[in-house]
Amino acid sequence: MTLPPFDAVAAVLLIPLAAAVLLAFLPSYRLTARLNVVATLATLLAALSLLGGERPAPGPYLLVDDLNIVFVVLGTFVGFTTSVFSATYIAHELETGRFTPGYLRFYHAMYQGLMAAMNLALLANNIGLMWVAVELATLTTVVMVGLYRTHEALEAAWKYFILGSVGIALALFGTILVYMAALPHVGEGLDGMVWTVLIDRVGEFDPALLNVAFVFLLLGYGTKVGLAPLHAWLPDAHAEGPTPISAVLSGLLLNVALYAVLRFKLLLAANPDAIAPGPLMITMGLSSLVFASFMLYRRRDIKRLFAYSSIEHMGIITFAFGMGGPLANFAGLLHMVMHSLTKSGIFFAVGHIAQVKGTQQLDGIRGLTQSHPALGWSLVVGVVAIAGLPPMGIFMSEFLVVSSTFAREPLLALPLVLGLLVAFGALLMRLNGLAFGEPTGRMAPAEASYAPMLAHFGLVLVAGVYLPAPLVEWFQHVARMLG
Amino acid sequence: MERLYFDAAHLLAGGLVLVSFVQLYQDRLYALLNVYAVHALVLALSVAWQAFVQDAPHLYVTAAIALVFKAIVIPVALHRLIQRLGIHREIETVIGVGPTMLAGIGLVALSMAVILPVTAEADPLAREDLAFALSVLLLGLLMMVTRRNAVSQVVGFMSLENGLVLAATGAKGMPLVVEISVAFSVLIAFVVIGIFLFRIRERFDTVDVQALDSFRGERQ
Repeated sequence: MTLPPFDAVAAVLLIPLAAAVLLAFLPSYRLTARLNVVATLATLLAALSLLGGERPAPGPYLLVDDLNIVFVVLGTFVGFTTSVFSATYIAHELETGRFTPGYLRFYHAMYQGLMAAMNLALLANNIGLMWVAVELATLTTVVMVGLYRTHEALEAAWKYFILGSVGIALALFGTILVYMAALPHVGEGLDGMVWTVLIDRVGEFDPALLNVAFVFLLLGYGTKVGLAPLHAWLPDAHAEGPTPISAVLSGLLLNVALYAVLRFKLLLAANPDAIAPGPLMITMGLSSLVFASFMLYRRRDIKRLFAYSSIEHMGIITFAFGMGGPLANFAGLLHMVMHSLTKSGIFFAVGHIAQVKGTQQLDGIRGLTQSHPALGWSLVVGVVAIAGLPPMGIFMSEFLVVSSTFAREPLLALPLVLGLLVAFGALLMRLNGLAFGEPTGRMAPAEASYAPMLAHFGLVLVAGVYLPAPLVEWFQHVARMLG
Repeated sequence: MERLYFDAAHLLAGGLVLVSFVQLYQDRLYALLNVYAVHALVLALSVAWQAFVQDAPHLYVTAAIALVFKAIVIPVALHRLIQRLGIHREIETVIGVGPTMLAGIGLVALSMAVILPVTAEADPLAREDLAFALSVLLLGLLMMVTRRNAVSQVVGFMSLENGLVLAATGAKGMPLVVEISVAFSVLIAFVVIGIFLFRIRERFDTVDVQALDSFRGERQ
């Protein structure tokens, strides 16, 4: 008897799905937390196996190409490390009674559901299917954000739900318009939604209709990326849900929505008469960056602080992809990877810190390097990285974004640098208060899992010092693909 | 015959926009739900007509979902919910009926101005449908921003989704997967919202979103 050939694409999609069903029914905490880790690890391994080996030919529903593999591997890696962090975090929440075992089953099932939806959105070759998957991912996170059932958590979940649904509705309308544009040229039926068919034929489509479609898609998926002025849900959702969810929101979900925008940007770019999608993305990216960097100063809540920092960085990434060209795309891609790793690493540290101190208020947390050296210094490393100081990877990617902008559009570099500097000042000012000075608040020793943080920050550091040649080549290839 | 097809589709899609307007000025929750049921009914008729005109039997499924689920099940369930919560009093509108209606008219004009010029290539039936669908979508959005009550925001969202279904069925031969998913997402959305409403009630004895807004999350 021969085993059926190992299908990595199916594994990436089905492992989380099966785990979600299983975890919904298993009662024991220890077992489910471990199973959660095992399932995400298996998904990560399956995603890694996509790197080598034969790629399946693009079908009407699924597609594997150089662009989405980056996102899938990054997403499953962050998913895996977050599940390790989550196991320790949840144990503490169970002890303090903020979680009940019933919620926990729900939480784990939703976590795996999110992984499955995310991978489906990334691997979809069908713009309708992609939309369905993004919507599913939104719904799973809405439920998880509201999990604590405090007043603030409910407000956050409600706001997220309403804004997310409006965004997703606009995106669906945009998707329908793309299909309408394809209809006269591709014909009725499934083909009109298959991305690989669309990209081949898009040159013939009616440019005016594509333009309107892209505006809807950018606004719709842009809401989910957290671009200003549609970002209102993001800080609340980050601050009020369980911290592992903040980590996956920043590390995964924002990227998935950005990926959707990029796919449609490629479509538009392939039609000679359509508007250039770049300027729209540049405008939204820059306004998010500048707005969020000023907002960083007024934060009093540690998770909100880093949520605004996520808006800032998504702005930078959107800006870089909007600029386009091999160098800016390369910088954008690198920055996206670095931001995901750093930000989720920071949220791991913040989650433990908030648990130890029993508060998320910045005023209540001081002198961490003295009271909890390991956590405190991890946070220092993380914030140094996210603020864009050398030798960390974000310095390099930000440097590339800025230098490529100076080379091509010096005027645009001014607001870009302004935003970066303002954010830099805010983060270092806050870091000073958090990490140094006289310790305040509770001093109980922390029960933390350091491995995920170390893995993330280690990778960011290595990337800042030395990028392996195959990786550079690959990113360059993807950057050229992005036009 | 062509003419009749076109006129009937036009009538039904236009009817949907009209019912959207009627929704805008309902100031009681029960009345709002009844109007929503009519909204879903008109949608079902419109989708069924499209199924007939396009000779696309799978669209009848979408029509049936709209009829059974949106026009009957959801309004009845929400009726019960409102009864249970004891909130069948007036809706507070943020801005008055007059300005809301004017804004609605503006939005309809906007969607005509956006859609009609860019769809010159498409066939006239799909084109008009799309313009009406965008109007319904924008009117749903308008309702969501002018209402403070969680239940009426949900109704606004559902009528917005009705607009999306209208657009999806107007686009000839659009794969079924999307239509079902739209209907399905409404179901999930409803479940999610149901949970929320109950939780909100459980904790705060109100479903008035304004009460939620007073919490900025960043209080000291």
